[in-house]
Amino acid sequence: MKIHFRLNGSDIAIETDPCRRVVDILREDLGLTGTKESCGSGECGACTILVDGESRLSCLMVAGQISGRKITTIEGLVSQGEMHPVQKAFVDHGAVQCGFCTPGMVLAAVDLLRRNPHPGRQEIRRGLSGNICRCTGYQKIVDAVEAASRDTGDKE
Amino acid sequence: MKKEFILPKTLEELWEARAVHPRGALLAGGTDLLVRIRAGRADSQALISLDRIPDLRGISTGDGEIFIGPATTHQQLLDDYSVQKHLPLLRQSVEVLGSPQVRHMGTLGGNICTASPAGDTLPALYVLGARLDLRSPQGCRTVPIKEFIEGPGKTVLRKDEILSGIRVPMPDPGFRAGYHKVGQRKAMAIAVVSMACQVWINDHGTVGRIRLGWGSVGPTVKTLPEVEKFLEGRPLSLEVLREAGQMVSKGVTPIDDVRAGAAYRRLVAGRILLRLLDLLRKEVF
Ligand SMILES: Cc1cc2nc3c(=O)[nH]c(=O)nc-3n(C[C@H](O)[C@H](O)[C@H](O)COP(=O)(O)OP(=O)(O)OC[C@H]3O[C@@H](n4cnc5c(N)ncnc54)[C@H](O)[C@@H]3O)c2cc1C
Ligand code: FES
Ligand code: FES
Repeated sequence: MKIHFRLNGSDIAIETDPCRRVVDILREDLGLTGTKESCGSGECGACTILVDGESRLSCLMVAGQISGRKITTIEGLVSQGEMHPVQKAFVDHGAVQCGFCTPGMVLAAVDLLRRNPHPGRQEIRRGLSGNICRCTGYQKIVDAVEAASRDTGDKE
Repeated sequence: MKKEFILPKTLEELWEARAVHPRGALLAGGTDLLVRIRAGRADSQALISLDRIPDLRGISTGDGEIFIGPATTHQQLLDDYSVQKHLPLLRQSVEVLGSPQVRHMGTLGGNICTASPAGDTLPALYVLGARLDLRSPQGCRTVPIKEFIEGPGKTVLRKDEILSGIRVPMPDPGFRAGYHKVGQRKAMAIAVVSMACQVWINDHGTVGRIRLGWGSVGPTVKTLPEVEKFLEGRPLSLEVLREAGQMVSKGVTPIDDVRAGAAYRRLVAGRILLRLLDLLRKEVF
């Protein structure tokens, strides 16, 4: 089946089995290995992508579901060679250890800041509660997201 | 064998797809179904998506009730003004369901049709007296949620039917509402015990009307009318709630599973009633 969608700003069409998982299409067919897979069952957030700007799990989606949608992967956050402010903040705050959770964390944070541009630390923790970091670098991840949300004031 | 995928845009196209693929599965958000398929606990010839049928999405108000399309996502419920204003109980239960990503994908209809004893929206929907529209190409019937769910994963949905709407009566004003969930951790935990409560308190501080529903302490949501009757006319004091809690512990029918033992669940189901003390300090809707 031919599936048309927008991927990181460009319209594309792929010929694929519509029941193939989106994470497999991204990584194996399209070579976008920034999207990670860990649990494969919705628990860890490593496979997070944005669908029409909203964070979703590519391990629990099949190709047919993204027909006509706008997909953003971690590769699509860089614009004109410039990192996204959330990516920069992750680098600046040392919020990356092994880096496996990072693409999912960053995309979850981008969605969080779109909904709530000035979250408090507790709200950041809630907003990232679907993403697990096996290196347990949560403190610095929260620091980075807090810095990325222009107002760094703690609301609690 | 390759599975088919169908993306109907109207109910007519949906009925057609179901006629062509009688063994096809309905796919809403996929957060239950795709996990089960991957684990080998479900199979189907085809996936028929409910995602692009406008009639099955959205929230409207009228005739003293709130109508929710089954393919409405949990996030859409959280963002909706009428849900915030009239159904704070449902809102609270959706707030603690899964993770942000799961709430962006998962739907209310999917949570109901999964009919898990731990389904987080179910205690609220029982307490609120929700009724469900079940539609087939032949017509539509409406059943109360407590008649819809027969047991874990079991509903009265017939082969040719879909859940096409959730009708929640607008509660009389002046109530307080709370959903209390005990799990192994805060985020993304399946409830070990949960309780939904909606209560109207009289001017003189006693309970006028109270509705309670427990999750994860029986094959379906447990309601205990004798406990509600006991509480009505009494103040929500520590002594009263302790006594009622003992009735609850006797009334529930939990099982042992990987998350908790039956005895622990029985104890917590009663003790969780003490959380009603917090409700007294909460907002009145
Ligand atoms: C990581 C993770 C965490 C989770 N945490 C929670 C939690 O905390 N609390 C909780 O309650 N649940 C939780 N869930 C379960 C799940 O997300 C919810 O039950 C969700 O509401 C299911 O909705 P869905 O749209 O994704 O269902 P789907 O998977 O699309 O469908 C579920 C079932 O219902 C059927 N169905 C769906 N819609 C209809 C309809 N309109 N008519 C007839 N049949 C229909 C499908 O055919 C399928 O059998 C979790 C799941 C995951 C993966
Ligand atoms: S790989 Fe998708 S949530 Fe873990
Ligand atoms: S940095 Fe290693 S998993 Fe988060």
